Amino acid sequence: MKSIQLTVNEKSHEIAAPVNTPLLWVLRDTLGLTGTKYGCGMGLCGACTVHLDGQAIRSCQTPVNAVGARKITTIEGLSNDRSHPVQRAWIAEQVPQCGYCQSGQIMQAAALLVKNPHPTREQIDQAMTGNICRCATYQRIRRAIERAAGEEA
Amino acid sequence: MSATLSRREAMKTGAALVLGFYLPSRARANAAGGKLNAWISIASNNQITLFTETPEMGQGTRTANAMMLAEELEVDWSTLRVEQAPTIPAVYKHLTTGGSGGTSSTWIPSRQAGAQARELLVAAAAQHWNTQEVDCRAANGTVVHIPTGRRVRYGELVEIASKLPVPELAKVTLKDPKDFRIAGKPMPRVDTPAKVDGSAVFGLDVRVPGMLFAVIARCPYFGGRLLRFDDSDAKTSPGVKAIFAVPPIGFVPAIERNLNVAGGVAVVATSTWAAIQGRKALNITWDKGPGAGESTASLQKQFREKAAGPPAVVAAERGNVIDALKIAARKIEADYEIPFQAHATLEPMNTTVHVRPDHSIEVWSPTQGGDLAQNTIAKVAGIPPEKVIVHVTYSGGSFGRRYQWDYLAEAYQVAKEMKVPVQVMRTREDDMQHDFYLQYSYQRLAGGLDHEGNIVAWSHRIVSTPIRAVFDSPELLRDPKHGAEGANSIPYETRDYRFDYAPAVSVVPRAWWRSVSSPFQVFAIECFIDELAHAAGIDSVEFRIRHLHADNPEQTERLHGVLQLAAEKSDWRKALPANHGRGIACCRFGDTYIAHVAEVSVDKTGKPRVHRIVSAVDCGFAVNPDSVRAQIEGGINFALTPVLSGEISVKEGAIEQGNFNNYQVLRMNDAPDIEVYLMSGHGDPRGGVGESGVPPLAPAVANAIFAATGKRARRLPITRIA
Repeated sequence: MKSIQLTVNEKSHEIAAPVNTPLLWVLRDTLGLTGTKYGCGMGLCGACTVHLDGQAIRSCQTPVNAVGARKITTIEGLSNDRSHPVQRAWIAEQVPQCGYCQSGQIMQAAALLVKNPHPTREQIDQAMTGNICRCATYQRIRRAIERAAGEEA
Repeated sequence: MSATLSRREAMKTGAALVLGFYLPSRARANAAGGKLNAWISIASNNQITLFTETPEMGQGTRTANAMMLAEELEVDWSTLRVEQAPTIPAVYKHLTTGGSGGTSSTWIPSRQAGAQARELLVAAAAQHWNTQEVDCRAANGTVVHIPTGRRVRYGELVEIASKLPVPELAKVTLKDPKDFRIAGKPMPRVDTPAKVDGSAVFGLDVRVPGMLFAVIARCPYFGGRLLRFDDSDAKTSPGVKAIFAVPPIGFVPAIERNLNVAGGVAVVATSTWAAIQGRKALNITWDKGPGAGESTASLQKQFREKAAGPPAVVAAERGNVIDALKIAARKIEADYEIPFQAHATLEPMNTTVHVRPDHSIEVWSPTQGGDLAQNTIAKVAGIPPEKVIVHVTYSGGSFGRRYQWDYLAEAYQVAKEMKVPVQVMRTREDDMQHDFYLQYSYQRLAGGLDHEGNIVAWSHRIVSTPIRAVFDSPELLRDPKHGAEGANSIPYETRDYRFDYAPAVSVVPRAWWRSVSSPFQVFAIECFIDELAHAAGIDSVEFRIRHLHADNPEQTERLHGVLQLAAEKSDWRKALPANHGRGIACCRFGDTYIAHVAEVSVDKTGKPRVHRIVSAVDCGFAVNPDSVRAQIEGGINFALTPVLSGEISVKEGAIEQGNFNNYQVLRMNDAPDIEVYLMSGHGDPRGGVGESGVPPLAPAVANAIFAATGKRARRLPITRIA
């Protein structure tokens, strides 16, 4: 157990956890931010995707002591009123079915659009292929990303 | 939630008019009679809350149920709140969903509940204005006095309505569908907002004060058992609170069902991660049990023997198919094989249970059945179901998996030792290695054609690991015919036929996987009809239509409809580039008829790629057409996993795969463009749509691969065409 400082959604926290604890479990079990999901524990499904200084990372593969001073953003911090263009596009395209993967999908898509505001279909597929959706809403995810890219233009 | 308030109490607070089991005795009898499936609560500030029963697992029934209620209630859709109804099976008859029935089974009850409330409010308005009911009409959350145009909001009528006699459900007047304003329109789902901001609560998101987290080291060998374990290292792992053995649970007479709880060693800790780390430090010795000799290779040997041996059941037979095959102008034979498939819901199985000192129990579960969860835990605990409170959370996918008992029973097993709330969760590996898989199937077909290309003989042997053998009582299982899951008909005319079945034996648990037995039956039937069409030299759409049964006019008409629509929308006759091909397949699932056309290419290495799926669907009236499309899109993509990559294999009676690296599910880069066309459905919703997109997908793709390459792929997954 070690005391660790974390900045999550612009709020700083001091938590006590074994240093190798994946960030995912600190977010979910310690801080109660359950919007970030567990899906595989091996970085294979993307359900745990959060932003670390704006980059999409897999929180299940990120030991909490590796975060350092970098800022963490989770789905709860993407906007406080579902107003992020990606969230609005997700609603407009009626993407979610079960919804379990969608926090990770949205965080991945939001990071993609920061890096590449007008991705091609191939670039969308490439960026999103690490994120599994078992309800397989892939077609609507593609359309929502294209819509969000159009709105941001 | 106000679930425990009596109506009188609700009224005393002035809060709400609640239709449902709060009602006075006469109405309560109606509710108890199974007519109400939802509640309508109208607060005096006009906030309307609808309570729907069917668990929301992604299939969209919460929205469809709310639409049906709101349609009859005459309210503004955008102002509604929708909540999960509490688990009170005496009142709610649709707390468990299965067989894609969430919408069609609630179509009348939901509308009756909405209409009952509307009639009560109209009667209240008439009293309010001291006028006649015929002069009053419900509209948009108000009642209008037609002669004067005066309006009163529902919330203001609550108090009067509460004192009026409640109209009987069976006697309420349902709206004429031509007046529908909500049902039949593509409506945004009520659960979407919470699913884009992380606030939707799934089973794993349940947080209760004082709770602990647990994982179980389950015996990896099906039918095996715990011999001994050493927890000396695990006990000192940070955060670990308790370690103990949990026994397997087999057949439970009180539920008349084998629960198939594996048993093992539970590790309870202060966090999920701490529990997982503690489990890693355990040293366990297992007895591999009766399945130690079972492998995919041994199953394949068994399947081939049973395909050639005598059947256990002849499901249907006409004429003499063996003689007919002998004299046919052309004889075609083919075997089709689909291995076990996992559900792999993205939210793994879990349940949170609190066993209180007074032995009452509170449960939070992502389950496909609130009453199923309540009854299972009550029976395992030996207490009356009323002492078990079940909160149904959102489910992170189900596909049939959560219509199971194991994850509920084992959560109780762990929680009863702890006296505090415990969340028992499965890691991905736990979930994948302790699933109830799609049956392994092996099918042998033989068909004969005459000189004109008519089918004169159809012989169909199904060998599979039957589902019922996993669950049913020892008495039932003594009957060799029990649980036969062979086909007994096809939609096509054939002079002589025979459908028979031989069960295979396996220790691997299996159960309802999205569309149950249809994935393999339709795969064989729709690939084989394609093989016969090719042998006859006739276009496969035309060949199907020509052979549709004359003696089942409705089936023929509806299958004809979807076949033609799918062919037309997919440009069936238009040429494609080299190494590309189209394939078609159709089926009936419940009362839904569906056809898919797949467009596929095969590259130089033999790897298939699915570019486009065009689907035509006849499910009757579509309550929420956008949700119907979403379910068909999802079903198609779900079915692509077993076609392109998915295989669960067995070694020493255990599953070899554990995560998404070795059970590879469809990802976006392999997801095709999908177009869904709905037949204009009038009248009532007919069949469900959660499952019906699945069965015709594999044969459509396999037939397209044949069109592209001239080679038949008869075993899934089709990773490479040799």
